[in-house]
Amino acid sequence: MAGRNITKKIGALEFSVLSPNEIRKMSATKVITADTYDDDGFPITMGLMDQRLSVIEPGLRCKTCGLKVGKDKCPGHFGHIDLAMPVIHVGFVKTIRNSLRATCRKCGRILLTDKELEEHRKTIIKNNNEGRDNAYIFKTIISSAVKTEGCPRCGTQSGKIDLDKPTSFRENGKKLTPTEIREWLEKIPDEDLPLLDINVKSARPEWMVLTVLPVPPVTVRPSVTLESGERSEDDLTHKLVDVIRINQRLQENRDAGAPQLIVEDLWELLQYHVTTYLDNQTSGIPPARHRSGRPLKTLAQRLKGKEGRFRSNLSGKRVNFSARTVISPDPNLSINEIGVPKEIARELTLPVRVTTQNLEWCKNLIKQTAAVEKPGDNYRPRVNYVKRFREGVEQRMKVTEKNADDIAEKLELGFIIERQLMDGDIALFNRQPSLHRMSMMAHRIKVMPNRSFRFNLSVCPPYNADFDGDEMNLHLLQGEEAKAEAEILMKVQENLMSPRFGGVIIGGLHDHISGCFLLTYKDKTFSKEKTSEILATFKYKGKFPEIHEENGESFIYGKDIFSVLLPKDLSIEYKAKACFHCEVCEAANCPNGAYVVVKNGKLKQGIVDENSIGSFKGRIVERIIRDHGTAAGRIFIDDVTRLGIAVVTVIGFTTSIDDEDIPNEAKRQIGEGLQKAQNKINTLVTAYEHGELESLPGRSLEETLEMEIMRVTGRARDMAGEIASKYLGLNNSAVIMAKSGARGSMLNLSQMSGCVGQQAVRGERISRGYKYRTLPHFKKGDLGASAKGFVANSYKSGLNPTEYFFHSMGGREGLVDTAVRTSRSGYMQRRLVNALEDLKVESDGTVRHTGGEIIQFMYGDDGVDPTRSTTGKAVDLDRIIYDVKQEG
Amino acid sequence: MAKTVPKKKITPKKTEKKKPVVQKSISSKTKKPAVKTESKSKPSPMKKGKEVKSVTKKKKPSEEKKGPLVVEKKIEKKKEPERTFVPPPTKKEEEPKEYKTIRTEINKIMKNKYLPISIIDGIIERAARDKKIEAKIKNIIEKALEEYTKNLIDPTEACGMISAQSIGEPGTQMTMRTFHYAGVAEINVTLGLPRLIEIVDARSTPSTPMMNIYLRDEYRINPDLAKEIANKIEITRLTDVADIEMDLVNIFISIKPNKKTMEKKGITIEDLLERIQSVRKLSAKIEKENIKVTLDEPGYKALQNTNETLKNLKIKGIDGIKRVIIRKEPNEGYVIYSEGSNLKEVLDIEGVDPYRTTTNDIHAIARELGIEAARNMIIQEAYSTLSEQGLNVDMRHIMLVADVMTADGTVRAIGRHGVSGEKSSVLSRAAFEITVNHLLLASQRGESDELNGVAENIIVGQPVNLGTGAIELVMNPKKPKQKGK
Repeated sequence: MAGRNITKKIGALEFSVLSPNEIRKMSATKVITADTYDDDGFPITMGLMDQRLSVIEPGLRCKTCGLKVGKDKCPGHFGHIDLAMPVIHVGFVKTIRNSLRATCRKCGRILLTDKELEEHRKTIIKNNNEGRDNAYIFKTIISSAVKTEGCPRCGTQSGKIDLDKPTSFRENGKKLTPTEIREWLEKIPDEDLPLLDINVKSARPEWMVLTVLPVPPVTVRPSVTLESGERSEDDLTHKLVDVIRINQRLQENRDAGAPQLIVEDLWELLQYHVTTYLDNQTSGIPPARHRSGRPLKTLAQRLKGKEGRFRSNLSGKRVNFSARTVISPDPNLSINEIGVPKEIARELTLPVRVTTQNLEWCKNLIKQTAAVEKPGDNYRPRVNYVKRFREGVEQRMKVTEKNADDIAEKLELGFIIERQLMDGDIALFNRQPSLHRMSMMAHRIKVMPNRSFRFNLSVCPPYNADFDGDEMNLHLLQGEEAKAEAEILMKVQENLMSPRFGGVIIGGLHDHISGCFLLTYKDKTFSKEKTSEILATFKYKGKFPEIHEENGESFIYGKDIFSVLLPKDLSIEYKAKACFHCEVCEAANCPNGAYVVVKNGKLKQGIVDENSIGSFKGRIVERIIRDHGTAAGRIFIDDVTRLGIAVVTVIGFTTSIDDEDIPNEAKRQIGEGLQKAQNKINTLVTAYEHGELESLPGRSLEETLEMEIMRVTGRARDMAGEIASKYLGLNNSAVIMAKSGARGSMLNLSQMSGCVGQQAVRGERISRGYKYRTLPHFKKGDLGASAKGFVANSYKSGLNPTEYFFHSMGGREGLVDTAVRTSRSGYMQRRLVNALEDLKVESDGTVRHTGGEIIQFMYGDDGVDPTRSTTGKAVDLDRIIYDVKQEG
Repeated sequence: MAKTVPKKKITPKKTEKKKPVVQKSISSKTKKPAVKTESKSKPSPMKKGKEVKSVTKKKKPSEEKKGPLVVEKKIEKKKEPERTFVPPPTKKEEEPKEYKTIRTEINKIMKNKYLPISIIDGIIERAARDKKIEAKIKNIIEKALEEYTKNLIDPTEACGMISAQSIGEPGTQMTMRTFHYAGVAEINVTLGLPRLIEIVDARSTPSTPMMNIYLRDEYRINPDLAKEIANKIEITRLTDVADIEMDLVNIFISIKPNKKTMEKKGITIEDLLERIQSVRKLSAKIEKENIKVTLDEPGYKALQNTNETLKNLKIKGIDGIKRVIIRKEPNEGYVIYSEGSNLKEVLDIEGVDPYRTTTNDIHAIARELGIEAARNMIIQEAYSTLSEQGLNVDMRHIMLVADVMTADGTVRAIGRHGVSGEKSSVLSRAAFEITVNHLLLASQRGESDELNGVAENIIVGQPVNLGTGAIELVMNPKKPKQKGK
């Protein structure tokens, strides 16, 4: 918060065209020499590197303002080139064309009657007042003016104006020189300009034909000195050299009275160079190239596109106080925390103003810098710089081992120390692509050994992060306001609920879910010791769960252990993920334990799985956040994840290839089923070949056959899956994972143990490859299952070569699809953001554009924040009624 | 130490300043508030798409209003004489008595406070079902009011940005493929990301246009009547009902109608003749069961040309509708699904229910039924595209996008040819696409950028006028010193 003043605010930016007079007026010098430096390496006066156009070498002073480059900040000064003959500005060719077509070549007036002009003027004013677009009026003015034959005022017949792209004009087939055009444009009176979409205050049409060219300051086009001592000039400088050279030759030739033809050629050459100087991608002319053949990057190219000035330097900015490294998981950290490597913590700093309260503390920090760090020592923050202000001038001192004590002694109130990071500092953490606001959240720093950023696994979903080599960025907040805002609005715990659908996006995953499943499945019991072990992992301090005794052995129910985490007033009922979707739901009496009942903070029955604690779905997590606030939600997630892991560790949980083993009986059944499907397909094919197949309405016979076969193969795979899963019970780890929603699905399992199924490309059976067949292994015209990509084997039994090939085809399509999708959806999002970024909810509940235009009279028609809504509903009626019923 | 107080989020000054603008924009959108009250009850039924709509309808008589929402505009706008007037579905079914009593009671409890209609309807419905609830209605209303107020969105929230992110972010999880329509296996419909992009782009025609044509009264119950309508709608070309043979020797074309299909389509040979005679430069007559076509100016080339025109000759049906499928839907009766779309003409067909018939061609809806209907269709299409992919996106985000697209009374695309290209800020436009042209044009027009929006202020390096940045309350740093004295 160092010396923060209320700075000036920019009210508005105005755009206008520079007039030749303005260009000359703002020019520091006329540039006439095409050279840059003389033999001694000194800038030539009135050359392109004239020292009056500012300087680039540090230490030299600008000859116009006397300031140095860098700290003093000489802003740079423009020069100018007087063009021997006028040339057309490529960017304004369209306006020039329209102006010529719409005006009289003699009197310069628009070729419409006064009455018509007056009418158009009125509509334009009216439209402007109503904030409407005028584009169509300008179009009608021009098109009707072009059609007029003979000027209504002086009667002059107007010729047909043609534009030869990019910059030359013809009148009735005869070339119009820029000089002639300029003279014509000069004639257009001011009062007619608004009708040609030109604002008199900012532009005159004749200024669009250049007579003077501004030369940008040296700072805009700095030259680079290569290692070899050679100078390499900027592309703009190169282009300006060309312009000056041709300009000189043109002038000499013209003055010497050279033949018209030569002058015209040179004039055109000058036009070419000016055109490419402005935009080197003008269609119709070859781009100017560097000696190496690379097209030059001139003015338009500097601004344009993703790497242009606008998108890469103005809309996006580089920052200091940031770090980037590989990420890795640490289940022992809270979701609010982030583990920062010591190396990074020592490099990044936070400013602290020295006050009476913290003077001693600051001194100690500075002295730390001199302390010798032994391996195994705890991390202690030091100070990297000390800043002080002398007569408004900032002085910055690097703190080193040698001067640390010295500086500490001299420390005064009002100094600012830049101290290294320490535990508890707040920082922003981000992973690209930043698709939503949860891609950047605030964490509390915990300085740790080793070189990766670490964070709790539960925070992976919002960042969409995994640990296969992902890197993430850390940004440190330098101001107190920023820190406060991050703390209140951006901390992970404040972002547990997604604004996308009003549900949780942070919750347990993988092992956390398996763990809770094992803990609460059936009447799992634990011994006293094991229970203590589990509870200790999250430092549980409350009452020990109820101890039961049977046959002289004491034990604790898993459900009671889980209940320890639930707030005492929590009552909720819902279906678990493991629900079998029976036809008649027996609710509380579910034989599978798939109906969860929590009453007054006690898990009465049901399995705790993805629907209870998982990200995106966790009902319990969501409820706790809603009723007890985000801090309670954070604590619950922290604890439940640790609990899950502890249970998994205590019970033991592993999956291996033999989890997919199925008995021979099952294999036989699957084989039979596949054979049946095979037969069915064969009968379909024969029916088709004999023309006995009845086509579906609106489909050809071939399409009907394909659809039928797809249906059969689909059913065959499902059948295999059903048989396989019948033999894979809930004592199987892989099944537990799939059923609880921890990882994988039953489809994955049935593909591993039963049958992989039909491979598809573009939603159809595989049909491409050789003539009339997919692979040379099959007969031509074979329409059978295996010839068209049906994989009858399971992943475990292994695919045969043709199946493997088809499977790869399907897999490749998936990869291509993902690649295409990311770019397409990325662009869609960019457009959406650009169109909607300026919308804001006003204090009166309306949604408006920042310009004031109303978009909605009440946000979302009911004014409810989607984040706070219960999956979209403004008020959770079911819940209110449930609660009210409980009360009475 | 912080000198601003970011917690305070209300800037009364702001709203006052903007009052005059409000007036202006209302005038351009006067239609909206009138329909507003009705669309309040909309979100819930729309979520589930058309099929469920009819089911919910039966349950909630209070929502019977939905249908007419779209229609109102149509009647005001289109008063073409040839269009037969179809009376709107019987006015809102009378609410059961108990509903009414509960409603009056609720109104008493609520006094002047506001709750969305859908919530009140929900309470009434539940209360009518369960006496226990009715007894505690006061308690429930109070709790609902409390929760509703708690759930209101914060002022200065950057709701547009959140909507854009909420719709864009799941885009990466969508498929790229065209799938069969879930309800009708026979019709291909673009789904997933390509469809979403299509909606947002406001393309003039969807890549797979289709219609759901609902029928009225007896037409939806009687399969024969439904079939008749389907035949009227589906385009039938000559080749579909007859074999065309060219006799190159005698220079004539003989058309042999296929009796079976003719019957199926309800076309007589006289109809055929009439249609064929409408083609210029030929004469046709019935010979036995065939039609003989002779040319006015016989010639080999002419014969071939005529053959081509005859092949593609439309006998019956509506242009653009390639194929129809009739299906019986539970609780509804017969519904016609069509590939290809032509809303204008389909609505004119007798027996078609103009209040419920829809198309996925948003521009056609905007043309025929008005902008408000187009807005609703954008919402419905985008929502069903997203939920079909199993993606959960809040209705409000999609509504906001639809409202931005339709705010000025026309359907505008999200992108450089629409919303973004018409922004008032030069810098914002330049930063989006076609940078150089925007700058040059701005200088010619002498535009000035008032730096109201987000992109502009970022470019200039100022705090953005949204969220916490919209608060302009600053503490005077000198004050505390004086207090110290």
